[in-house]
Amino acid sequence: MELVQQLVNGISLGSIYALIALGYTMVYGIVRLINFAHGDVFMIGAFVGFYAITGLHVGFFPALLMAMVVCAVLGVCIERIAYKPLRNATKIAALITAIGVSLFIEYGTIYIRGAQPEAYPSTLLPDKKIEVFGVTISSQSLWILATSIVLMILLQLIVHKTKIGKAMRAVSYDAEAARLMGINVDNTISATFAIGSALAGAAGVIFGIYYVKIEPLMGIIPGLKAFVAAVLGGIGIIPGAMVGGLVLGVIESLVSGLGYSLWRDGVAFIVLILILIFRPSGLFGKNVREKV
Amino acid sequence: MTIRKRINGFWLSIALALAFFAVVQLLISREMLNSFYINTLFFMAINVMLAVSLHLIIGITGQFSIGHAGFLAVGAYASAIMTMKLQLPFSLALLVGGIAAAVAGLLIGIPTLRLKGDYLAIATLGFGEIVRIILLNVDYVGGASGMTVTHLTTWPWVFACLLITIIVIANFTNSTHGRACISIREDEIAADSMGINTTYYKVVAFVIGSFFAGIAGGLYAHHFYIIQPTNFGFLKSFDILIFVVLGGLGSMSGAVIAAILLTIVSTFLQEYPETRMIIYSLVLILVMLYRPKGLLGTRELTSFFKQRRAAEGGIEDGNKHTVA
Repeated sequence: MELVQQLVNGISLGSIYALIALGYTMVYGIVRLINFAHGDVFMIGAFVGFYAITGLHVGFFPALLMAMVVCAVLGVCIERIAYKPLRNATKIAALITAIGVSLFIEYGTIYIRGAQPEAYPSTLLPDKKIEVFGVTISSQSLWILATSIVLMILLQLIVHKTKIGKAMRAVSYDAEAARLMGINVDNTISATFAIGSALAGAAGVIFGIYYVKIEPLMGIIPGLKAFVAAVLGGIGIIPGAMVGGLVLGVIESLVSGLGYSLWRDGVAFIVLILILIFRPSGLFGKNVREKV
Repeated sequence: MTIRKRINGFWLSIALALAFFAVVQLLISREMLNSFYINTLFFMAINVMLAVSLHLIIGITGQFSIGHAGFLAVGAYASAIMTMKLQLPFSLALLVGGIAAAVAGLLIGIPTLRLKGDYLAIATLGFGEIVRIILLNVDYVGGASGMTVTHLTTWPWVFACLLITIIVIANFTNSTHGRACISIREDEIAADSMGINTTYYKVVAFVIGSFFAGIAGGLYAHHFYIIQPTNFGFLKSFDILIFVVLGGLGSMSGAVIAAILLTIVSTFLQEYPETRMIIYSLVLILVMLYRPKGLLGTRELTSFFKQRRAAEGGIEDGNKHTVA
């Protein structure tokens, strides 16, 4: 029963990773850039949610919505200011800029509000213990899971049923050809950043409710783990990011359940290195040979 | 003719360096430098060693590694174990620190150097984190509270290690091996098709870089009285990365200058750590937006003099004006 309990915890945690990983994978799929600042967008989302709840006294869903909107705007700003001028630069230049943006958001936040952590109010979602076959599930983690699933379904609908989703898929397939077909590549990239960042913002609020404590440097480790999740599923592949996030969350919960909770952060990186060595294209990816 | 000139230039710079060493040694022995300046000087030298060793990996070979603090940690802990637990002399401890880091470099290099660009970056970042978490969980080295280390780092040691690092890496860069590494940086596929064993050279550069990072770690450990896993997180790796990037991807003198300048800046901003990080991050973003190859690009400081001579009809200035 202990195992099932850990599995349930792992799925809740994994759904947070999956939401962040979706942003990574979408951005990577469209501009081939690891957006290191993505974890910090997630942190900003958590803080926007926190201030909306404590300052404006709104409920869970309005706070979620606000965090998503603010993060979408932030994501577009980051893309326009820092990444757009470097679209044709070397990969290393883009990666270094991404690291710079990430540090800037982290320490800018500390500069503005200090490094002290905040505690999310716990009364936001009904917290009842539900017993199912001897396994206790908190209603909170069910809410979290449900919210994540709804957001993921929404994303699938956007990507596969709308015009902007079609444009996104076209640009990620071949940006030049898409441009020749009359697709506004710049707007499409901005839209991708907006959607990905909105999901990260939502993940931030969910994380805050689940783990209570939030602080300005909280985005680093979940951000890196979400990247691991994206690589695990095959970077650039949307269903891959969801599965990768869930798998990583479950692995982590099982490791802590076995009593090695201090090694939890290390396990994610060991998984990453193993995946990169044995299956660099991820679980869902196809192996693409590089041509000269 | 040109060979004699080059040799003369080499000995001239050694003589200048030794003169600098003697002056500082004199100032220290006469107690004319207070401990604040000595601290800054040692920190500067250690940072220069780290910057130069990472420069060999990123600037010369083009392998984007951001786990350099991991090698620093391996060197620091290995040498601290040597002196504190096994009571071995400092010289041996430094050497063991370097070798331990080099072995770590070999172990991590062989599998991960098949990866490119972003993937390599994230794999090395993961490696650095794994090292930190292992250190955090091993009680033999004190876990989270760290290890206390006696103060053994002295100016002659720091200077000797710094000089050896710079000479070895400069000579490596100018050798056949160095040119092979540069060709990998320029175009790996083309280098491969020219018959260069790219994996071999990438691993060699990685191992040499991590060896010197390990030695720097030994000096670091024996200078700060206490080492903790938190000192070697990826922010430390980013610090080292910033030296290399700001100086110029591919310019050793650039890396040295940037390491010295930024050490001074961060010493003055010690009381305001978040301001320091904001400045660092803005430096990274602005340099990448306006000078993507760093301040010096791939040029060395000496090439400015050489160019003038070349314009007067002198020697050719080496084949260094290539694009990273």
